[in-house]
Amino acid sequence: MDDVFLQSLLLADSTLRLATPLVLAALAGLFAERSGIADIGLEGKMLGAAFAAAATAAVTGSAWLGLGTGIVVGILLALLHGFACITHKGDQIVSGIAINIAVAGLAPTLADAWFGRAGNTPLLQGDARFAPISLPLAETLRDVPILGPIYAVLISGHNVLVYVMLAAVPLAWWVLYRTRFGLRLRAVGENPAAVDTAGISVEALRYRALLGTGILCGIAGAYLSTAHNASFIRDMTAGKGYLALAALIFAKWRPVPTLFACLLFAFTDALQVRLQGVVLPGIGEVPTQAIQALPYVLTVLLLAGFVGRAVAPAAIGKPYDKERPHRV
Amino acid sequence: MTPLPRWVDVGLLPILNLTAAMLVTGLIVLILGENPVRALQFLIYGAFGYGEAIGYTLYYATSFIFTGLAFAVAYHAALFNIGAEGQAYLGGLGVGLVCLALDAYLPFVLILPVALLAAAAFGAFWGAVPGWLQAHRGAHIVITTIMFNFIAAAVMTYLLVNVLIEPGQANPETRDFAANATLPQLHEIARWLGLPTYRSPLNLAFVLALGACFLVWLFLWKTRLGYALRVTGQSQDAALYAGIDPWRVVVLAMALSGALAGMMALNEIMGAQGRLLLGFTGGFGFVGIAVALMGRNHPLGIVFAAVLFGALYQGGSELAFEMPAISRDMVVVIQGLVILFAGALENMFRPTLARVFARRAEAV
Repeated sequence: MDDVFLQSLLLADSTLRLATPLVLAALAGLFAERSGIADIGLEGKMLGAAFAAAATAAVTGSAWLGLGTGIVVGILLALLHGFACITHKGDQIVSGIAINIAVAGLAPTLADAWFGRAGNTPLLQGDARFAPISLPLAETLRDVPILGPIYAVLISGHNVLVYVMLAAVPLAWWVLYRTRFGLRLRAVGENPAAVDTAGISVEALRYRALLGTGILCGIAGAYLSTAHNASFIRDMTAGKGYLALAALIFAKWRPVPTLFACLLFAFTDALQVRLQGVVLPGIGEVPTQAIQALPYVLTVLLLAGFVGRAVAPAAIGKPYDKERPHRV
Repeated sequence: MTPLPRWVDVGLLPILNLTAAMLVTGLIVLILGENPVRALQFLIYGAFGYGEAIGYTLYYATSFIFTGLAFAVAYHAALFNIGAEGQAYLGGLGVGLVCLALDAYLPFVLILPVALLAAAAFGAFWGAVPGWLQAHRGAHIVITTIMFNFIAAAVMTYLLVNVLIEPGQANPETRDFAANATLPQLHEIARWLGLPTYRSPLNLAFVLALGACFLVWLFLWKTRLGYALRVTGQSQDAALYAGIDPWRVVVLAMALSGALAGMMALNEIMGAQGRLLLGFTGGFGFVGIAVALMGRNHPLGIVFAAVLFGALYQGGSELAFEMPAISRDMVVVIQGLVILFAGALENMFRPTLARVFARRAEAV
């Protein structure tokens, strides 16, 4: 019994760790998409930030400086996306693909040239990496039944970015639903012409939304390379940006459900590692690939309206033209 | 805004976009501490400098023609198919199953059409499902095709690791196909004709790709159905008003797009590898996006753009060998920049050019 309890705690613990980059990236996508900018470039922004953070941390020995550069790179890539699809009214999907592909090439190229390690950065040690934080009294309380292990294993012992992620969800909710900026942001994603008529700049509002996207992608990337892992590895995002996008859609573009969608997807990931080669009674051996593909299959089913219905922000994907505000 | 003269639209503008991409690339090469002009020389020599190089360039171009056409056909129906990667992967499954099942029984001339149909059918299926979901369930094609790429990867990994793997093998690969289930290499054909031969994986699929270009052109601009597809792409309402069923067209366009992507597997699986293996698509599905955007979604433009990207891939390996500071990944950077400048930022030069040519038109 105790063993089952501890096992499920460990499973929950690794779910939380795996969910962190997904939640941060999905919230990043939330800001962009609620403002009417489709963003399939989360993957590239995260990867770019992951490289920048690991490279800076490797050179300076400071994980915090790494986080800073990661955020700067995230913002720059988000602004590039804005430059293409807000300023020049380019196609948002094409711009996202361009960023994903360019970064997938550029990061290993620079890693190769600067560190000579076949597309990776050197291993980070000591302060160059975000270490687990032990919350107060975690060890003392460990022996308290039920709650003690929950506190010690699940709540305590994560690095600071996991807690940042947990704080980011209510913060995103508050910004989106309780501030003037959030109200305008949601309005510009549904009906930019109305926002324009109210005398508010659609372009400036969308650029500010993308700023939020860049910051969150930056943190997500830094988490991957300087907290969850100890270096930048080629293609280390491995589709997490797309998975985050799927979670965002799954959550119907709302912050709190986004957290749960990411936890669900991360749970399938944590589970498939543990289920490798395990024979379940009555089912037999579950192919790990089936569990891996589950989040993608669920998203397709949801989009097709077979499980619930996901309705995107109305103005998503359409560049806003001041002179022809009602063009569809 | 007055429309641009045709030569500007299909000639000058793509060249400007490409130049911008190359300038940024040159800047990156400078940052890496190498000489961009010498890098370009290595690249061009590596792509066209000798017989083998040209063979490799055209071999890469073959795959890019298929995936470029796949993107273009969907694009003419205003559909954004970024699932060529998954469709090509499934196409490979079709080719692989046919070759493994029939290579002991049938001669090459019979295997080829069956494999071709299988590649097209498997790819078409993987494209048509997102098409159907878009047409009848309103599921956005961009997201579903991304998801289908991942699902395809999971399906193929499962099949290759658990089912199709050659017994006793450590790598997840099938057994080699017999010689009658592989496409003839062009250097073998050249030897047979008494021409000079250069060893490269360039094979019969190149000819098939050129044929596909012609057929796509014929379909899009000379048939009723192709017209219906383009009308639907311009305006679903107009299509509906003209008696075209736009939902059927969407499914058809995605099926056709998937079929073209699937045929890429002929080049890789039947032409170059001679067996089915993991990850053979190597991101070529995404190269198709750059190729189609660069080639203005016209089959002829796609051939030129595919050769250009073939040259980048082949010349890029030569470049990485000559200049250790530059890795092969540089080619992927250029690919991303081309998509950025020729696709996302295509409106950057256009208004300026339009002003210039409008002024000239007034002056005349």
